[in-house]
This record gives sequence, C-alpha cells and structure tokens, in this order.
Amino acid sequence: MSNQINRQQVERVAHLSRLDLTDQELDLFSGQLSSIVEYIQKLNELDTKNVEPLAHSLPVHNVFRPDTPRASLPTEQALANAPDRVDDFYKVPQILDDNSGA
Amino acid sequence: MAAKVDYKVIVGLEIHVHLAAKTKMFCGCELAYGGTPNSRTCPVCIGMPGSLPVMNKHAYECAVLTAMALNCSIARFTKWDRKSYYYPDLPKNYQISQYDLPLSENGFIEIPLEDGSIKRVGIIRAHLEEDAGKNNHELGSFSAIDLNRAGAPLLEIVTAPDMNHPAEVRQMAQELQRIVRYLGVSEGDMQKGHMRFEPNVNLHIYKDGQTYKTPICEIKNLNSFRAIERSVAYEIQRQLEEFLETGKTMQMGNKRTYGWDDVNQMTVLQREKEEAHDYRYFPEPDLVPVEMDDVWFEQIRSRLGELPLQKQKRFVTDYGLSDYDAAVVTGDKATADYFDAVVKAGAEPKRACNLITQIGQKLANQSNTSVDQLDISPQNLAKLAQMADKGLISATAAASIYAKMPGTDTNPEDIAKAENLIQTSDTGAIEALVNEVLAENAEAVQDIITNSKKAQKAQGFLTGQVIKKSKGKANPKVVTELLAKRLSELAPKE
Ligand SMILES: [Zn+2]
Repeated sequence: MSNQINRQQVERVAHLSRLDLTDQELDLFSGQLSSIVEYIQKLNELDTKNVEPLAHSLPVHNVFRPDTPRASLPTEQALANAPDRVDDFYKVPQILDDNSGA
Repeated sequence: MAAKVDYKVIVGLEIHVHLAAKTKMFCGCELAYGGTPNSRTCPVCIGMPGSLPVMNKHAYECAVLTAMALNCSIARFTKWDRKSYYYPDLPKNYQISQYDLPLSENGFIEIPLEDGSIKRVGIIRAHLEEDAGKNNHELGSFSAIDLNRAGAPLLEIVTAPDMNHPAEVRQMAQELQRIVRYLGVSEGDMQKGHMRFEPNVNLHIYKDGQTYKTPICEIKNLNSFRAIERSVAYEIQRQLEEFLETGKTMQMGNKRTYGWDDVNQMTVLQREKEEAHDYRYFPEPDLVPVEMDDVWFEQIRSRLGELPLQKQKRFVTDYGLSDYDAAVVTGDKATADYFDAVVKAGAEPKRACNLITQIGQKLANQSNTSVDQLDISPQNLAKLAQMADKGLISATAAASIYAKMPGTDTNPEDIAKAENLIQTSDTGAIEALVNEVLAENAEAVQDIITNSKKAQKAQGFLTGQVIKKSKGKANPKVVTELLAKRLSELAPKE
C-alpha cells in the first residue's frame, strides 16, 4: 500500500468537515483515499502543457432562468427533516456567529 | 500617550451588496425583507440532495452593470466555485462563489470629498456569490436559524487599501450607495443589511527612520455611515496606542477581527487570531460557465446612464451650481433628473435648485413622497422659477405658490393672480408709497440724510414700511432703488 494520503491528512479533512472518525476508520480511509489518488495520478503521464483547464465538463454555457418568483416550500415542510426546531427556526447548538455568511 | 509620531492610515474595504432581484440567485424563492422565518426556502436553497441551482439572469446582469459603473474590466468568461465551510446558516456546507475567474476586476471608484476634490479608490475585484441565512442567538442557549436569506444574490466588492482617513471611508460607502441606487441594482439600505461594509485598518508608523506596520484589523457589525467613520477613527487611535505600548507589528496570521459596539462607541475584539481558513475551493459542477458576447455586453452597458458623480460635475460646469448644491440635488436620481428637466424647461439653475431642495423637498416629505412625484410638471415649475427671477413674485410667494401646485396642472401665474401675490414693479405706484412713507417717518429720514450711526438701520426700516404698505406686493428691488433715489434728492447739497 502506498502512502499518498496519511492519517494526519485524513484527520484534518475530517475535522474541516466536522466528522468524528474512529482509529479504524482513519486507517481505512487513508488507505482508500491513497489508492484513489494513486489511480488519478495516472493522468500525470499525459502531456497537458498546451491544454486549457476545463471549467466544466459539459460543453454548455449561459443556462439562466428569468427572475420570476416560484412557490417556496411551506415552512412545515421545510422544517420536516430538521433534527430539532424552535418556533419556525431550525434549532442548532449555539454557534459563535462571526457573520461570515459571505 | 502624548508621544508624537508620524503615521499613515491604510484602509481597504470588503463590501457586500444585496442585489435587488425578485428571486434568489439560484432558485425561484422570493426575496423579501422580514416575514415568517423559513417561509421562503426550497430544496435548492436548503441544500437538499438532488436539487440543482440555475442562475438568475437579472441578478447576473445587475452584478455586471455595477462592475461597469466601478470601471472594472468585465470577464467574457466566468465560472462558479464552491467555497467550503461548515456553518448552520449555510445548509449546503459550501457557498457558491467565484474564485479564480471573477466576473470583474481592476476598477476604481471616484469619491467626491468635502473639500471639492475627487479621490480615486481602486477596486480589486467584484464577484457574485450567494448569501447565507440568519442566525438568531437571542432565544436561549442555542442558535436559531432562518434560511429565508440563504441564496440571496450578493455582490462582493473588494477595494484596494487606498483610503487614508475615516471620512474617506464613509464617503466611499456613501458614494457606492448613491451609485447602486442610481443603477437600481440595490436598495442600498444599511440598516436592512442591503450593504455591509467591513473596513480593514492598519497604520504605517514612521519612527526612528523606520516604518512599522501595525497588525491589520477587520471591523464588523457596522450598520450606519456614521458607525463606519467612527469605528475607523477609534481603531486608528487604538492601534496607535497599542503600538506605542507593545511595539506589536503585522505578521502572518495576526490579523484580528473587531466588532463595533454602537452603544459604547468602541471596537471590541472578536477573534484574536484569524483562524487559518481552508476553504478548499473547487469548481462548482452543478453550474455551467457564463460567456458574454459583445451584443450582451453592450446591452447591459446601455443601461449605465449618467452616473451620479458625472451628473454632479455636469451641474457644476454646465449649470454653474456650487459643489454643495450639486451634491445635494444629485443625492438621488429622481430628484436630479427632475431638476435637470426643470432647468431644460427654462429655469435658472440656482433658482430651480433652491426651489426643489428647499421648498419641494419639504412638500415631498409632508406627503411622504419624492419631489418628482409631487405631480408638478417641470414646465410649470420652470415658470414659477422664472416668475421669481423676474421679480414678479417674492420668495415667500414662490413658496406658497409651489405648495398649491401639486396635482393641479395650473399655471403658477394663474395661482399667483388668484392669490393676489403678483408683485408690482409699477414705479409710479411704488413712488407714491415711497413718498408717503418718507413723509410719515421724518426721524428716520433725518438719520439717513445726516448719515448718522442709525442710517443703515433706518434705510432698512423705510424699505420695510413701503413693502408693508404695498401689502407685500411691491418688488423689493424697485422699492430699494426708488427709495435711494428720493433720499439722495433730499440730502443737503454740498
Ligand atoms: Zn429556494
């Protein structure tokens, strides 16, 4: 097994994704991710010096919709899958708001 | 802290502008202020699996139009990227934004400063993204999330660090507000969060032949223009004192975030060390790129119109308005255009400006509308201005005629006649009144012809008496002339 992706990298990505992984999972995923990366690296064999980076895999652009309102979900339905709610809000553990919304 | 040091203030702005579309950036949910929480969401904007975003064409064009007004070069090819982060107000766990190919970059904005000069501030880039939802922390020991705002089209504008004074930062914000309102791309209401300004402030301190740069601080939670100016002024002082105390300078990773406390008028530390964000940008596979051809580009550009500062400058050069008057009358587009139409209908500009900004504005406020919506044709207002100019009516009469004009298509001259407000310039009639007043006020006349200390006051008194006798209808200019002539005849010959 090659070592393209080590445990520390998996731990870091898991942390960024707010995932809690067990030791076994860390081993399992670093092995799996390593083989994926290794496989993808086959592409390095190609000479891409004169190839433009691809922005999208479809040869399509400018797919727009008009600025016309459509019905939204009823509040009850929007909240139906929420683990918890308070009034008409989603209820989540208290967060430190850095207003980073953008 | 009395130590005197030389320093330069460096401020750049990160700005978010809500675009005035009817619907969100990538779904048809309606955009509105307030309302029941989570009543305007759909599978797309709450990140349900299997849903697909589709671009709002109008919002895209609003963004391009704004970038054009900011003199940016517009990309003919742009794409979308995912910016990953984990916050409950961002249900997809990524924000759709633009990373390496923003829709515009390299522009500038010109800001009229109070001394009449123009300051140019560079625009590094302006790109489109979607807004996050709103977090509410006031309901208890948890956070409550409303996703009505999630997915709203947001234009992010990043300026160069070109501002060097708190007032300049405020004026930059005000000018941007004026521009987006002229263009109609945003309501630009800071209180409602239509525009969010985040200044990045630091100082270059010159000491012992060296330059020291203080750590950059970003200020958040600014909801008024006054707060922008005051928070920057506060931060300058705070950084200066901190440097003199600790000598701390800018280093990698010591950027800090401060929040503005409007009650105590101070900045408060929010985050000591900028967490090394790892946004893991990657191309958004759910959205195809945007390509802009010349036809579409020109179509959007034709909507630019005359920008506020251009208008302001034109009113100064072509119409001879003062900088101050021109700034007031171009504050909003409707007023500026109405003023322009009144001048083009034949009014003297300064007179038209005074009528509109002083009297018209008051009338508009009373009926909760704008001056152009008072239902007075520019032609009729121009007639009123001409009457005042020719001395046919007094300034007071002009105001009361203006107040009677809304909603009628009556010629102001007819109103003046009906209300008996036409001033007389009939010299014969006025001369008779002058003679009467002179005869009745021998003492004042004496004061004038002996050139006593009270001469000037006496002359003013006599003028007033003549106008009073005419019941306000004598043209003051004619009265003054005739009075002066008669008095010089009465003066003893040398
Ligand atoms: Zn939606």
